[in-house]
Amino acid sequence: MSTAYPTTWRKPPQMIQSRGWRIALALGAIVYLFLAIGTIEVNWARVIAGMERAQRFVAGFLQPDFTTRWRDISNGLMESLTMTFTSTVVGVAISIPIGVGAARNVAPRAVYLVCRAIIAVSRALQEIIVAIFFVALFGFGAFAGFLTLTFATIGFIGKLLAEDIEDIDEAQAEAIRATGASWIQLINYAIQPQVMPRLIGLSLYRLDINFRESAVIGIVGAGGIGAALNTSLSRYEYDSAGAILLIIIAIVMMAEYSSGYLRKWVK
Amino acid sequence: MLRIEGLTKTYKTGDKALSDVSFDVPQGQVVGLIGPSGAGKSTLIRCINRLVEPTSGKVLLNDLDLPALRSADLRRARRRIGMIFQEYALVERLTVMENVLSGRLGYVGFWRSFMRRYPASDISNAFRLLDRVGLMQHADKRADALSGGQRQRVGIARALAQDPELLLIDEPTASLDPKTSRQIMRLIMEICRERGLPAIINIHDVVLAQQFTDRIIGLQAGRVVFDGPPAGLTEDVLTQIYGEEDWTAMRKGAAEDAEAEAEEKAQAEKLLRAL
Repeated sequence: MSTAYPTTWRKPPQMIQSRGWRIALALGAIVYLFLAIGTIEVNWARVIAGMERAQRFVAGFLQPDFTTRWRDISNGLMESLTMTFTSTVVGVAISIPIGVGAARNVAPRAVYLVCRAIIAVSRALQEIIVAIFFVALFGFGAFAGFLTLTFATIGFIGKLLAEDIEDIDEAQAEAIRATGASWIQLINYAIQPQVMPRLIGLSLYRLDINFRESAVIGIVGAGGIGAALNTSLSRYEYDSAGAILLIIIAIVMMAEYSSGYLRKWVK
Repeated sequence: MLRIEGLTKTYKTGDKALSDVSFDVPQGQVVGLIGPSGAGKSTLIRCINRLVEPTSGKVLLNDLDLPALRSADLRRARRRIGMIFQEYALVERLTVMENVLSGRLGYVGFWRSFMRRYPASDISNAFRLLDRVGLMQHADKRADALSGGQRQRVGIARALAQDPELLLIDEPTASLDPKTSRQIMRLIMEICRERGLPAIINIHDVVLAQQFTDRIIGLQAGRVVFDGPPAGLTEDVLTQIYGEEDWTAMRKGAAEDAEAEAEEKAQAEKLLRAL
């Protein structure tokens, strides 16, 4: 009495049950893609002219000039590094209480809503927009850059820290609560040990994001290496610009390498 | 000592986890709480120290009505109720010593606990407890470096560091192998005897419960369906608690099972290590 079991099996469709609809949607997506590409206007004459500039740019890159503008470059670099470091430290320090407040499992509802709102505002505003605003408020220079990066760091670390706290192993928190610990002791004994390695990792990650961002917001007047880059680009000194870009790449890679090493170490 | 009167818990979803549970636990008595999964065993012990808020009913610990306490008083009451957990619930990244000292959190201020500067008496007591559970040389290891049985011993030391009047024990052996389970149960019993501590132990393993506890309470769908000495757990009673099953076979098989399982586990570990 052996039953004949089927020898073929196919995974049943997960999202759209009807075969007709699946084909129609796939065709629709392809047609839309072609139509959308068709609407892009390309000025080929301009592209050819641009190729020549790109060539000069690449040539500048291949022969970077570190010396001619070294003063500007090193000043910009120092400013950027200072801005990056201070804004990360201050930003992380502010975002820790906000992150704790924005974690549903440890904060009362009212605090939770306020902290989530702060994070939402910080994340909704792109760095460049914030930088333009702060430059208008405090004038050109690194202070505007520092404020911009601090502001952006709060949203970034606050959100990820809050999510990490919401993901903790509740049993450990329950055990600490059962000893009669106060709220702040609960945070220190049950939450902090669980989220610390990730918080350190995120802070290091934010440090290198802030450095890269400092180059971008410099272009809108918030000081640092970005300002030096902007100046050399507008003077058509592609060799100096190339040197600046190479320095940025080198520093970002260094940060990447050392943060990876540090993260492994704090596990 | 501990008196529970008409304890009822209805979850927000409308599930009735406990209905009208009442019993007394006198000084020094170890109660085994048995019942199928979902019978409300975990909810019951969590309603005592209010990790779960009871819907109605009284929990009197030395005439102090726990459900009526406000937060500061609740903390003061909780520090006298030690709790031991199923998956140990140690703070994995803290050292063994910090985990044991965390039993003192209800007694010390934030600053002392933050700086890990506990009073000398707390520290010497913590060392004495570690010695008692046989983990003296592991004090500075991180909790996640220990084996399951060792972690549960730390859990026991943490609960005792609270200087408890009552122990609540939630499935202490569920994640341990049969041999370690017996060792842990024996340790818990010895400690309760030494200190005359009353305890409520949630336990899946009926054989283990019968072997070690003074009294058995059987829960079924949130109601007490049996309350009596371990010897009173007849087949009829077990069927009433858990449903139809061949109970004699289970008892006879239990000892053999335990051995076989231990052997299998050792084999598996050896394999894993070889890999």
